[in-house]
Amino acid sequence: MQIAVASGKGGTGKTTIATSLALSLASLAKVRYFDCDVEAPNGHLFLKPEFTESTPAVIRIPQIQTEKCTACGRCVEVCEFHALAKVRKNILVFPQLCHGCGSCTWNCPENAIVEVPNPIGTIERGMALENMEFFRGLLTISEPMPTPIIRQLKKRMQPQPNTINIYDAPPGASCSVVETLRGVDFALLVTEPTPFGLHDLKQMLGILSDMQIPSGVVINRDGIGDDSLEETLREYRIPVLLRVPFDRKLAENLAAGRTLVDVYPQYGDILRELYQQITEIVGGKTK
Amino acid sequence: MKLIISAQGSSLESQVDRRFGRCMWLILFDTETDQWEAFQNPGTSQSGGAGVAAAQFVVDNKADVVCSGDFGPNASRAFQAANVEMRHFAENITTVQEAIDQFKQDMLLK
Repeated sequence: MQIAVASGKGGTGKTTIATSLALSLASLAKVRYFDCDVEAPNGHLFLKPEFTESTPAVIRIPQIQTEKCTACGRCVEVCEFHALAKVRKNILVFPQLCHGCGSCTWNCPENAIVEVPNPIGTIERGMALENMEFFRGLLTISEPMPTPIIRQLKKRMQPQPNTINIYDAPPGASCSVVETLRGVDFALLVTEPTPFGLHDLKQMLGILSDMQIPSGVVINRDGIGDDSLEETLREYRIPVLLRVPFDRKLAENLAAGRTLVDVYPQYGDILRELYQQITEIVGGKTK
Repeated sequence: MKLIISAQGSSLESQVDRRFGRCMWLILFDTETDQWEAFQNPGTSQSGGAGVAAAQFVVDNKADVVCSGDFGPNASRAFQAANVEMRHFAENITTVQEAIDQFKQDMLLK
């Protein structure tokens, strides 16, 4: 089972829920946690894994072999991302614009382009509990593209029976979130009952509808804001699977690196029950 | 000498555009013939690499000088490699014609 925890608006409580969900399910099945917020990962603050492996995440960028290059400009023409320019019989490469698609290499009539690895971050693996594998990606500061790292991170997913993969998505509703969601069975949306939360949640609902991924909502900080969130969820027919009340004691403990289930152990059963609801929704979809 | 100026409109009376990569129009002016032509900037609606797209256009049109409010790192790199001189509008310049006049008097900022 592959579950992504996403939100739209940042700071709604994705990691709070994702980490405690992972801890609660560790007694039922093998859990693998993927921190896909490669620009600002924070799952490790709560699950405290021991990292044992680190591999560079690379994107393959073109290198022009000048002795073969005739500066015909074909590579510049085919590049969708303007990562190449032709200037005075030389081809310039702009590595930070390159998406690693390979079109330039493929189209060069002189075979003058070689792909070389450009490291943009790292992928790390560790163990959080005896049977919980923890994976995260880390985008090097100043690199603009998180998506290739998330893609490489997800290649470790190996769907297996009796394994639950939990993907903590980045905030927002752009490419990096879409990449995190690709191929998952269910999106657990963590939101808050405020206008900002609702605005960004609607973007997420649009994306999930396009991707045909079933979803359900956790209303975090329940009790603040207004009713427009719940009205909208009724309208879109998205189930509310859990409400976590606004609670200062919880906020203080989270800030100190303690998880939701550390502070309120009763959430262990509640989250296991939530997982059952998810399996029913996902099972119902495939009928 | 060929000069390209970033502009918000397609005539010499148009306001200049202080952005280079995503400006709407690129006005090409030949100081020897006083002929000019307005082109839509290929970089305007690009989600990425706008500076490169616009710079490639300038280089392909064999401009000697390019004028704008500022140039980003990618466009700058392309122009340096191409030996195209980058010039900046002074604060008070508003129209393309003013920029051309200032250029002819060598008063555009380097």
